[in-house]
Amino acid sequence: MSTTYDGARGADPIAQAPVLAPGHTPASVTERISEVVTTKLTKTPKWWLLGLAIGFGLLNLFLLAVTNLFMTGIGIWGNNVPVGWGWDIVCFVWWIGIGHAGTLISAILLLLRQSWRNSINRFAEAMTVFAVACAGMYPILHLGRPWLPYWLLPVPGTLNMWPNFRSPLIWDVFAVSTYATISIVFWYVGMLPDLATLRDHAKAKFARFAYGMAALGWRNSARHWANYEAASLLLAGLSTPLVLSVHSIVSFDFSVGIVPGWHTTVFPPYFVAGAVFAGFAMVLTLVLPLRPLFKLKDFITDRHLQNMAKVMLTTGLIVAYGYVLEIWAAFYSGNEFEIFMVLNRFTGPYAVQYWLLILCNILVPQLLWFRQVRSNVWALWVIAMFINVGMWLERFVIIVVSLSRDYVPSNWAMYHGTKWDMAVFAGTIGLFLTLLLLFLRFLPALNMFEMRVLTPEATKAHGEEK
Amino acid sequence: MHEPHTEPLLHGVMAEFRTPEALLEAIGAAKAAGFTKLDAYTPYPIEKVLDALDLHHSKLPLLVLGASIVGAVGVFGFAYWASAIDYPLNIGGRPLNSWPAFIPATFEGAIFHGGLAAALGMLLLNGLPRPNHPVFNVQRFVEHASKDGYFLVVESDDPKFDGPSVRRFLESLAPVEVNEVEN
Repeated sequence: MSTTYDGARGADPIAQAPVLAPGHTPASVTERISEVVTTKLTKTPKWWLLGLAIGFGLLNLFLLAVTNLFMTGIGIWGNNVPVGWGWDIVCFVWWIGIGHAGTLISAILLLLRQSWRNSINRFAEAMTVFAVACAGMYPILHLGRPWLPYWLLPVPGTLNMWPNFRSPLIWDVFAVSTYATISIVFWYVGMLPDLATLRDHAKAKFARFAYGMAALGWRNSARHWANYEAASLLLAGLSTPLVLSVHSIVSFDFSVGIVPGWHTTVFPPYFVAGAVFAGFAMVLTLVLPLRPLFKLKDFITDRHLQNMAKVMLTTGLIVAYGYVLEIWAAFYSGNEFEIFMVLNRFTGPYAVQYWLLILCNILVPQLLWFRQVRSNVWALWVIAMFINVGMWLERFVIIVVSLSRDYVPSNWAMYHGTKWDMAVFAGTIGLFLTLLLLFLRFLPALNMFEMRVLTPEATKAHGEEK
Repeated sequence: MHEPHTEPLLHGVMAEFRTPEALLEAIGAAKAAGFTKLDAYTPYPIEKVLDALDLHHSKLPLLVLGASIVGAVGVFGFAYWASAIDYPLNIGGRPLNSWPAFIPATFEGAIFHGGLAAALGMLLLNGLPRPNHPVFNVQRFVEHASKDGYFLVVESDDPKFDGPSVRRFLESLAPVEVNEVEN
């Protein structure tokens, strides 16, 4: 809502666009957002039912695939020596990465006082929680004996021994479980005031009761807000290093190993940047269709799309830098296996995947330099889809290309995912869609109290403090 | 109203204002009139209201710091005890107390405990969960506190509290409505 002239932005009308359409008051914001949730069940929009049917159908495919997996064993997947990690770990890293944009938007942009995040943070946090839920499936399914995941935790038992704290896989257990817990806590704490709003404004008696219980008696008292603001800042302050640590630790799963193409110090920063890149692409993939469907253009404006596109472009360039550095490091090392790994990526049996990855993650996102592209929702959506695919391919190239041809040529073998690999992946997409659609319908998908802060009435009250 | 000191019938007297500015003025006037047990209710956090009510002394940061230290020391201590004392395991000839390898789990332990302490501590300090509260007895509060109403409550444990005179005082501040908040 800045009206001051800013040289850098002066030429760009979208950068000056408001983060909240004009004419809104705290009451109108509250009504418009809670309307989505308080609509009668019989008036649920048809597209929502259709989406849920697709998501729930895929979720059942997941159950089918997992049942077969448990009855037969992980032999139904394509994993085999030497490629012990296949689609399962590719998809695990893909989902975890997607979650990271949610934490970035909710935590890091809060610390940086970027108020444009207020309308997308709740949605992005939900995306984090659901993406982590999907990611969490894979390590457990991949165990082979999925009834024994507690072996990874330091719990006393008949085993009489402890997990090996020197192993990156144990670090991963600590990192991902902490990330899941703190993401849920952050999400829920963020929702408390809005659950109280729904308690006060829901029409059905049961809804009032359910939201009332979930709101824990929140009453918008200044004493509450004082502790609440402290809690938000602390959670944001804790989540910021957390999100950086989680993907760094995920990258340690690879870089601590001595497989060519994995054993490199560039992995942590380049994994984190890739995660944010992928996450923003997923936020755009979901937000672009939801904006017209829920009539939320007042709240998620062109300015948001523009900003997200810029974050994508920036993190995409960091990822591109990572790719270049990988090649450079291989040749600089003079190590014949590292050099072979790079040439094998360029021209080996998986060269198609490698060059598609370069196309999706480096070439196509360069279109975001153009303002016309950034302000075209269709173009943005297509680019976001390219990045979603590209980031999946990135993990495939890292994992499979290195494992399929490591040191001893007699040990080489090709890897292909099977239909069951695909079924599990499609199934996790179903789980994600189902959770997301239920969230959109029954919980406040946009942060109402933080949107009230953006109304002129509130910005006037805040004046020039801080 | 026979024994107002043992079991007060009123939680306080509540005035509703239409704008944050009016609420801020009312808080100033109430403080000037010598009231000390004040609480404000706003549909979103307003720094100036927190300033006016002198509420910037949350104990939460200390609690979170304490919990994070406990988490870090606890996880590191456990990793050391498990790897070097209880079940010494020689992994590739590395020292039993290979402390740099314990740092990732230690770090996550600190964040885990700190994050939970931030959320649970916030609830604890706010006296939540508490599904019911006297302020919900005011109909306009239920309708507007989480939407567009700005409320000031002079609570009955204020030493200067006296129902009718507090009501007259609040009515002089041009509120939308003044209500007694019954316990």
